[in-house]
Amino acid sequence: MVKQRPIRLVVAGLLAGCATAPSPTTPPAPQPAATPAAVAAAVGADSAAPRRDTLSVERPQFPSTYRRRASPPVLIRNATILTATGREIERGAILLAEGRIAAIGTDVAAPDGAIIVDGTGRFVTPGLMDTHSHLGVYAAPGTRAESEGNESTNPNTAQVWAEHSFWPQDPQIPRAVAGGVTTIQVLPGSANLFGGRSVTLRLVPARTVQEMKFPGAPYGLKMACGENPRRVHGSDGPATRMGNVAGYRAAFAAAERYRREWDAWLASRQGEPPRRDLQLETLAGVLRGEIRVQNHCYRADEMAQMLDVAREFGFRIRSFHHAVEAYKIADLLARDSVAVSTWADWWGFKMEAFDGIPENAALVTRAGGIAVIHSDDAGGIQRLNQEAAKAMWAGRRAGIPITRDQALRWITANPAWVLGIDSMVGTLEVGRYADVVLWSGDPFSIYSHADQVYLDGALLYDRADPRTGWRTDFELGNVPAAGRDR
Amino acid sequence: VSRAAAYDPASDTRRCSRLARAARACAAGFVLAVAPAAARAQTIAIVGGRVLPVSGPPIESGTVLIRDGVIAAVGADVTVPANARRIDARGRTVAPGLIHAASQVGLVEVPLWTNTRETQVESVVAASFNVAEGLNPASTLIPVTRIEGVTTAILRPGGPFVAGQSVLADLDGATIEQMIVLNPAALHVRLDEESRAAGGGARAATAARLRRLLADAREYGRRRGEYERRQMRELSAPVAELEALQPVLAGRLPLVVTAHRVFDIRNALRLAREFNLRLILEGASEGWQIADEIARAGVPVLVVPLSNLPMFNTLGARYENAALLAAAGVRLAIVSDDASHNARLIRQEAGNAVRFGLPWDAALRAVTLGPAEVFGVADRYGSLQPGRVANVVVWSGDPFEFSTAVEHVFIRGREVPLSSRQTELRERYRNLPSRP
Repeated sequence: MVKQRPIRLVVAGLLAGCATAPSPTTPPAPQPAATPAAVAAAVGADSAAPRRDTLSVERPQFPSTYRRRASPPVLIRNATILTATGREIERGAILLAEGRIAAIGTDVAAPDGAIIVDGTGRFVTPGLMDTHSHLGVYAAPGTRAESEGNESTNPNTAQVWAEHSFWPQDPQIPRAVAGGVTTIQVLPGSANLFGGRSVTLRLVPARTVQEMKFPGAPYGLKMACGENPRRVHGSDGPATRMGNVAGYRAAFAAAERYRREWDAWLASRQGEPPRRDLQLETLAGVLRGEIRVQNHCYRADEMAQMLDVAREFGFRIRSFHHAVEAYKIADLLARDSVAVSTWADWWGFKMEAFDGIPENAALVTRAGGIAVIHSDDAGGIQRLNQEAAKAMWAGRRAGIPITRDQALRWITANPAWVLGIDSMVGTLEVGRYADVVLWSGDPFSIYSHADQVYLDGALLYDRADPRTGWRTDFELGNVPAAGRDR
Repeated sequence: VSRAAAYDPASDTRRCSRLARAARACAAGFVLAVAPAAARAQTIAIVGGRVLPVSGPPIESGTVLIRDGVIAAVGADVTVPANARRIDARGRTVAPGLIHAASQVGLVEVPLWTNTRETQVESVVAASFNVAEGLNPASTLIPVTRIEGVTTAILRPGGPFVAGQSVLADLDGATIEQMIVLNPAALHVRLDEESRAAGGGARAATAARLRRLLADAREYGRRRGEYERRQMRELSAPVAELEALQPVLAGRLPLVVTAHRVFDIRNALRLAREFNLRLILEGASEGWQIADEIARAGVPVLVVPLSNLPMFNTLGARYENAALLAAAGVRLAIVSDDASHNARLIRQEAGNAVRFGLPWDAALRAVTLGPAEVFGVADRYGSLQPGRVANVVVWSGDPFEFSTAVEHVFIRGREVPLSSRQTELRERYRNLPSRP
């Protein structure tokens, strides 16, 4: 988004879920690095140290240094467990151990030393995920110094990475955790046709962004349709939507050639390697299917144009974002397995948002598509459960039967699929990472709180114990602590 | 005065309906409220619901009788006339229509494009700017908002300093004369980060500019004759602005000041004391820190419960603000951050205020009778009592809960259809493939 007012199937996801999830402490081994972008996309903490005879493209780039926190096993009992797999368990129990979901059911024994949590009257869900966040790149306290999301110097800035703007001390981060959020995709803004790479983060206290990077998560590329690139770049172009589309096509045409040159050199390793171009490297990563396109696009007709651009150049759009008119072409989006990340009820703040309706997510779901409720907002991210609840009830009231499990997937399993990490998180199943929220009641009631938030099996937030409250550096001496009136 | 001919009170007294009398259109010069003819003739009985009058205790199985656009009776033993239209409300909740105390519905269509925005003028001192004649009764936002139970709203300007005058309007009617209940409803001023530029770049200068403006207006009001004869020093604003400030200085018109930080709020309280103003605070994100002071000053607050981001303008904002203010005895109206397209979200705001400690009854009051009291119309709006304007909503359950649907909305006794541009779009594309 450009700050102000944001100028600012499920089948595929479940198939991926069959893979064995790698351990959080040992990220999935990077695939053999046949291509530069593969290296860039699959960096891990224990990637090989640089060798003298390698090229920079083949060396680790900003690898994750995330380590899960140690915790004794935790057993939550007597809770209503919403798994986001279609199954709900009354009076259920879930065991978190070694960072994973070790057991789930109605009768789970507590291992020695386990912390027992009474879930009577309470609900358990997967940790919530947001496919569209600008935390850390549009941080509080909101001065121009924190306006870090749009490299609006050129309509194509595919070379920039959101993580290089990200500020781990953004005081908005712990507030999102208190709303049950454990994983987010941080995106550059939408000022440019190509805004840059996104990054998928674990919301843990950290000194560096590397300590937050989700091990093994693929990168995304932020693209933007419509009014924003035109408005920001109008004087030098693109000034129109046709200018936008010409810009996407010209860039991907150049990336096609770049990719061929690199592939040929890597196969032969003869002569001078091609010149390295960070912008084309990211676009070539998209063409190779290693970087997922996250496309800000409001209008139905424009999304249809983008599907054709993707077809022309042979890549997939993973998700349209905002997509307030997705309901008009829900059939086309379901056919191409393109997800829809949208709000419950934002509409009308600009022309391309004028046709937004509260039943958007429900109509996309009914058509067999992949719907996601995203926030794009430091306030909204704190209540994704409420936003999903509104969208669910809007659907039901209009005669579109959305189940509670489907609505939960909008903020768990489906975002995990959009981010390409659905084999690790997003559902409550044995072997998945133990990202778990314990709610004081039905998470789709307005009165429910996230009581506890576990990330990789370790307690990250406890509403009952404000001493465990995570206060960012900025807040010290500056913002009164909750529960402590000054 | 700056009011347009459209508000000539002489013309209303001639067609003084029962509803208009309830709305005081006959008595008060500011007011004009005439219901559509069809609504005036109808008698409606909402029977068997859980009635929440707000002004009194709930009635578990009660009847609300509406006649000629006005509430005729409320109670457990109300005789339903034979000619009445009966609405079965068993298992339902019947409550006053919600009142949004800081809205711009009907004043803006697509905010990014200024040609669809009627909320502010170029001058930063715009006391004489009254939004009434920019209000579009055909705005798409009006049906979108009222089908979520919001029947009445303060429609306010949005300028950066002395923004202008708001109106109180019902969200039904073909003309502004039919919609507007109270004009002007208040004068609106900002004293926060947004208004620093108006003072020249510093808060203290902005407060000083407001103080000078009020002092000049007071001086002008006392010495109009000398002013006309040019026997006064130069004043800090044109005569239209000074005139518009007279009812504020006289305490007849409330002054709504948007302020968030403790020092901004105290600046507003200080000015209100100096000039003996009827102050209402809007925002007051850090108000919880000086809740007792605000309560002692008798100043009500229009609060956005879902506000907790530590921006420099709202550094101490927290979700418990509404609850802490109420506990200190501050009168509240709950409003939404988005004043226009999602003004309908005051339900969610109120529910979240409850989640963070505000008693449920206080939250309902803060979106009904509370704002009516704050703007001085509690004798006509905000509760279910005989003689009140019949703005009534039938909910399927708890008005704040997501699972609850709006089943009937009455505005001045007229049932408004539960349709909007959004429901039309939904129906057009419900079954795909579909062509527009």
